[in-house]
Amino acid sequence: MSSDVCVIVPVFNEATVVGAVVAGLLEVFPHVVCVDDGSTDGSADVARSAGAIVLHHPINLGQGAALQTGFDYVLRYTSATYCVTFDADGQHRIEDAARMVDKARNTGADVVLASRFLGTTKNMPMLRRLMVRGGVWFTRRTAHIDVSDTHNGLRVLTRPALQRIRLKMPRMAHASELLNAITHNGLSYVEEPVDIIYTEYSLAKGQSMMNSVNIVFDLAAERLRFAR
Amino acid sequence: MIIKLLLVGGALGAAILILREQFPGQRQARRRIAGLAVLAAGAFAVIWPEALTHVANAVGVGRGTDLVLYVLVMVFLFTTVATYQRLHHMESRIATLARELALRDAEAQDRTNE
Repeated sequence: MSSDVCVIVPVFNEATVVGAVVAGLLEVFPHVVCVDDGSTDGSADVARSAGAIVLHHPINLGQGAALQTGFDYVLRYTSATYCVTFDADGQHRIEDAARMVDKARNTGADVVLASRFLGTTKNMPMLRRLMVRGGVWFTRRTAHIDVSDTHNGLRVLTRPALQRIRLKMPRMAHASELLNAITHNGLSYVEEPVDIIYTEYSLAKGQSMMNSVNIVFDLAAERLRFAR
Repeated sequence: MIIKLLLVGGALGAAILILREQFPGQRQARRRIAGLAVLAAGAFAVIWPEALTHVANAVGVGRGTDLVLYVLVMVFLFTTVATYQRLHHMESRIATLARELALRDAEAQDRTNE
């Protein structure tokens, strides 16, 4: 029943965890595509032997670019109606993804966004909470979108949404860029409460404070270009 | 006074250039003309230092050396902006190229699987 779903997992040096994530996803979704963003630790082989289709960036381009490669793959080579984006570090729960796909089917929304703040996320450290809240505040102000969580890697995008979204930003600003694209193209969206599993691994791999400075700068520059 | 207008205007111009998408061919020609102009001005300043001081006085700067410093700062600013833009542009072209490679590769894999 999930054969019209394609799961995109951007991967960058996640060899120790990506295998389990792919195996878990394949139990529910038959079509899992890992976009290996120039990993140097054999992540691609791990993902491939776990049963995923692996697209390989010859050099590291950043997560936004990896997602866009996945989107292009879905549009070009599959007939999937729903595209799920799922982080490789094991912080998302597969049942949340499945529920979000159902929600997309039932509501007919173009995009389903996951929100950890509507859910009962555990073990979220104080500093991280402040940082993510800051990101939410900033994005709500700039993208004019009323969502409770803006930097969650778990999303469901329908084919029409993929056709209209084109991520151009390098690095990590794509989360906000994607939300901008939703409002800009008049796509409909709903939120679904989810849990994030914070482990030592996912926290270490997560975004640092300093990088939020980069994100704000990238977005500000892009926004001014847009406004011109 | 005139120098203040020129310097603030120059800084604003650089800020506006950051926000512009570039037009490579045109821009390259302009960059070359600007480069030649800077070289010519440099030669002029070396050969006739007194003339430089006159120019400086005319725009409200006391010494020729100070004017040279101001011009240097402006040239550096514009060079930085131009480099930043070119890198940005190149980055996105590389991303497109790498993406195409990844997708071609996937297509080839699909074929061999069939």
